[in-house]
Amino acid sequence: MLIRYLSQVGRYFLMLREIFIKQTKWSVMKKLIFKEIDDLIIDSLGIVAFISFFVGGVVAIQTALNLTNPLIPKYLIGFATRQSVILEFAPTFISVIMAGKMGSFITSSIGTMRVTEQIDALEVMGVNSLNYLVFPKIIALLMYPFLIGISMFLGVLGGWMAGVYGGFTSSDEFILGAQMEFIPFHIVYAFIKTLIFAMLLATIPSFHGYYMKGGALEVGKASTVSFVWTSVSIILFNYILTQLLLGS
Amino acid sequence: MIEIKNIEKSFNGNKILKGISTVFETGKTNLIIGQSGSGKTVLLKSLLGIHTPESGQICFDGRVYSELEDDEKRELRTEIGMVFQGSALFDSMTVAENVAFPLKMFTRDNRAAVKERVDFVLERVALKDAHDKLPSEISGGMQKRVAIARAIVNKPKYLFCDEPNSGLDPNTATLIDNLIKEITEEYDITTVINTHDMNSVMEIGDNILFLKNGIKAWQGNKDEIFKTDNEDVVAFVYSSNLFRKVREAYLRE
Repeated sequence: MLIRYLSQVGRYFLMLREIFIKQTKWSVMKKLIFKEIDDLIIDSLGIVAFISFFVGGVVAIQTALNLTNPLIPKYLIGFATRQSVILEFAPTFISVIMAGKMGSFITSSIGTMRVTEQIDALEVMGVNSLNYLVFPKIIALLMYPFLIGISMFLGVLGGWMAGVYGGFTSSDEFILGAQMEFIPFHIVYAFIKTLIFAMLLATIPSFHGYYMKGGALEVGKASTVSFVWTSVSIILFNYILTQLLLGS
Repeated sequence: MIEIKNIEKSFNGNKILKGISTVFETGKTNLIIGQSGSGKTVLLKSLLGIHTPESGQICFDGRVYSELEDDEKRELRTEIGMVFQGSALFDSMTVAENVAFPLKMFTRDNRAAVKERVDFVLERVALKDAHDKLPSEISGGMQKRVAIARAIVNKPKYLFCDEPNSGLDPNTATLIDNLIKEITEEYDITTVINTHDMNSVMEIGDNILFLKNGIKAWQGNKDEIFKTDNEDVVAFVYSSNLFRKVREAYLRE
């Protein structure tokens, strides 16, 4: 069992090496990158915006409902919302959600190409299929921090709207809290995490799609396995990066 | 010309190809036939470089594949056209984009030259009106023709076809057979076809290699296959009443 997992990890790193050798012609690659930006980033904007806005709102309401002591200032609602959204919700939990959305899309599209011999067709033509299929996804996901930036903004905005219009705090108090004790490195930390997660989101689902065997049923199974492993990797790397970047 | 010398290939200790040697000549349609599990697909994939044989040599016009550097192998692959059993067209591309793909990847041709070549090959396979259609919008026979157009667009020296007739009606199957035969002779290509279709064997089999349990059990052409008394070939090719009657009629003549 352990040997099987280790051999899979080894294969994953060999795949990473293979992605960067024998580059596809730039004129072809350019179009692939734009297509991946559209499929992976632009197509995710709606769901990320929706989830971020409402979860930001829920964070604000939950915080407000738990501040029962009248001595605790209301501006803490804004502070707690900002910290939760910027440090964890936007970079980590949106990434776990994206492991489901983007990850299953990547695994199923590459897996279907494997099943229908399209990857064999690329290889027979002399194309480095890993570079052709995975490299544009990695480059497209360099835009992922842009998506997470929007998530951060909308999360805090959702918190502000829920706090103010729900009658839990005033606008001034919320904004005061949201600006209080702001540490710019927290943004750097969040975007470092985001870039690492982007790499995981591009490569782990690609690995599961590329090396899958079987037919249509196995494409579905590979998508599920890919979601599990991408989520586990994100959570694990989240812990490691938090310890490295924020731990004393 | 492709020359195979004594190639062997195993999977999990199970020997699939057991020392096969043969020559596939240029300008001829070379057919590989045999029952399921006889090693046809493994042989074809070994020729394509998808499988690596444990021993033996595959020579493409004197170039020994296993002795080539990686770059030379990729270069050689650009001289190969392949028609897959399921066509393997790229779903997200139109017919014209599928056909243009090898040109865009491997040539420096400008847009006009690519369009001209794509128009030419699509007309050659009688699909000049299908440029903007997606593979999902055309029939199986049309998909096969697009796959042939994509395989020949880069003027390959070697054309490989894996069951080009599977899933097609008899008329379309004959059309595909004739198209492959014409293209092979017209462009002087070394064509290797992996098939189960006995019509193809009798119509276009310039050179037929019969495999049984991973060994070369018989080799000949479409005329010789009528006359052979090799029991394995007779049992495989003339398994149906229709083909037995065809053979008897041929031998009576």
